Amino acid sequence: MANTQGTTGLRGWIDERFPLTQLWREHLGEYFAPPNFNFFYIFGVLSLVVLVNQLLTGIWLTMNYKPSAIEAFASVEYIMRDVNWGWLIRYMHSTGASAFFIVVYLHMFRGLLYGSYKKPRELVWLIGMLIFLCLMAESFFGYLLPWGQMSYWGAQVIISLFGAIPGIGEDLTLWIRGDYVVSDATLNRFFALHVVAVPIALLGLVVAHILALHHVGSNNPEGVEIKKYMNDKGQPIDGIPFHPYYTVKDLVGIIIFLFFFSIVVFFMPEMGGYFLEHPNFEPADPMKTPIHIAPVWYFTPYYAILRAVPDKLLGVIAMGGSIAVLFLLPWLDRCPVKSIRYRSFTWKVALTLFAISFLVLGYLGALPPSTGRTTVAQIFSVVYFGFFLAMPFYTKGEKTKPVPDRVVFTTVTVDNAGEAKSAVPFGEVDKARMTAK
Amino acid sequence: MSTVDGVDLRKRRFLTTTATVVGAVGIAFVLTPFIKSWSPSERAQAAGAPVEVDISKLETGALLTVEWRGKPVWLVRRTQQMLADLPALNGQLRDPQSEVESQQPAYARNINRSLKPELLVMVGICTHLGCSPAFRPDRAPADLGPDWKGGFFCPCHGSRFDLAGRVFKGVPAPANLVVPPYKILGDTRVLVGVDSEAA
Repeated sequence: MANTQGTTGLRGWIDERFPLTQLWREHLGEYFAPPNFNFFYIFGVLSLVVLVNQLLTGIWLTMNYKPSAIEAFASVEYIMRDVNWGWLIRYMHSTGASAFFIVVYLHMFRGLLYGSYKKPRELVWLIGMLIFLCLMAESFFGYLLPWGQMSYWGAQVIISLFGAIPGIGEDLTLWIRGDYVVSDATLNRFFALHVVAVPIALLGLVVAHILALHHVGSNNPEGVEIKKYMNDKGQPIDGIPFHPYYTVKDLVGIIIFLFFFSIVVFFMPEMGGYFLEHPNFEPADPMKTPIHIAPVWYFTPYYAILRAVPDKLLGVIAMGGSIAVLFLLPWLDRCPVKSIRYRSFTWKVALTLFAISFLVLGYLGALPPSTGRTTVAQIFSVVYFGFFLAMPFYTKGEKTKPVPDRVVFTTVTVDNAGEAKSAVPFGEVDKARMTAK
Repeated sequence: MSTVDGVDLRKRRFLTTTATVVGAVGIAFVLTPFIKSWSPSERAQAAGAPVEVDISKLETGALLTVEWRGKPVWLVRRTQQMLADLPALNGQLRDPQSEVESQQPAYARNINRSLKPELLVMVGICTHLGCSPAFRPDRAPADLGPDWKGGFFCPCHGSRFDLAGRVFKGVPAPANLVVPPYKILGDTRVLVGVDSEAA
């Protein structure tokens, strides 16, 4: 019998043929997570929520959108004005794109804070980085589809980046566009990639990301491994089952997120030109570049790095490098301590400088270029790369604080003698109470 | 030899390897149409036909934009002052003598980068990342500085070109703007997209 779960009835019948109960136990009911997740641990589940939003609204948008250079712009206007509730579905999709990057950037920053990319979670980080690449490709392909001025010229600029590759560059851009300029052929293939190819890759990678995570177990703000102490059933003593503890907790986070999401969708879907850029309300005109071209806000840090380098090929290399270097993070950081709570002052300064440089570059990338701004962008590009490239040196032999062996909770007992505080490992809290009785 | 339980492992390994190699070749063949289908179609290639432009109404100092192969092509009738300014800029340019051959036909490899000195014909696409630069014939405007003698300014990344499409040093664009193949048909007509014999 293939049923090892001891289930009977309909569930037993299914379990003999499909690992339903086993999947439920491994990933929800008996997936043991550390009990000390904080605010930063909501963004993983929020990115899943946004992914579902994008898939659902995206499928509905394709029902009225026309992927043709002649009809695309008008079909988006048709969705906005004539299709029942079309405006809401489109705003949910366009706001969802920006929300996706907000939650994913915070999710990645959480990884930086608590060392979630370190052994044994290197593959969780690498698969996550591939998801990030897919996400960037997805938003780039999707941005061409409304066929507005910014769609057109943004695609023109990004495709031209490949032209900087020596030798094959020009032929490669021709191959990507399928024409001598961004045209109907480009729009059609971007549509196919945006609605079919990339989403399939994205879903597969998301499954791999979660499988890898559940294989090694979740990290936590203390950066301690709860798998070090197992009970006789092979479950972490200091862990709590994901369901119902975190499913319920995450629902609260999702509801709070949806408050903010709804405020944007209903009251500020353009976000002052940052979520939907103003030139995109004009149809694409291959004869006229808008006065100021800026990518959507989530690409501006890399764009600022591109502009900071006064050489075409080197600029493109720097821009690609600013993303590629993230893949190397698990091997650049030589410090064995995971959480920022127990790491050195140097690391805290370095991480703060990196966060500042990311924000400043993002701000500069959205503005038109000027000599002064380029200088500032150059300085912060150096800080950005310095954080990664100098990391092996400043993290080697880093002065760290002692890391606790287990996730510890402070319990307070009040009796006639007064208050007494004691630190008890999470898994022992109940036992401690029992002996106190 | 390497025989286990009557199984010839060498033979088995040979068969596995050859089958894998043949399979890989087969996959490479199957991939070809998928990759090749992304190249410009026959129709897209045929659409690159030459464009005939009437320049009789083009005033001195003005710019006319026409479309060729989906790209903007500029025609500018330059003033004598504009032409006189060109040689003085040589020291500030990356390629003042138009030595990069891919950027212009042989007959436009001169100081004016044109057949007729005053008539500039140029593809209006920045050699950096493909934006279309703005025509800025005004001298010393506030935003471009007191040394500006007229030219083209790319709004995307700040590349600067003079009125012969020659790129300045210290800007992101690596090369001069492209002069397309063209032919002058009498005084008022230009054919863009067809080479003329070198004069």
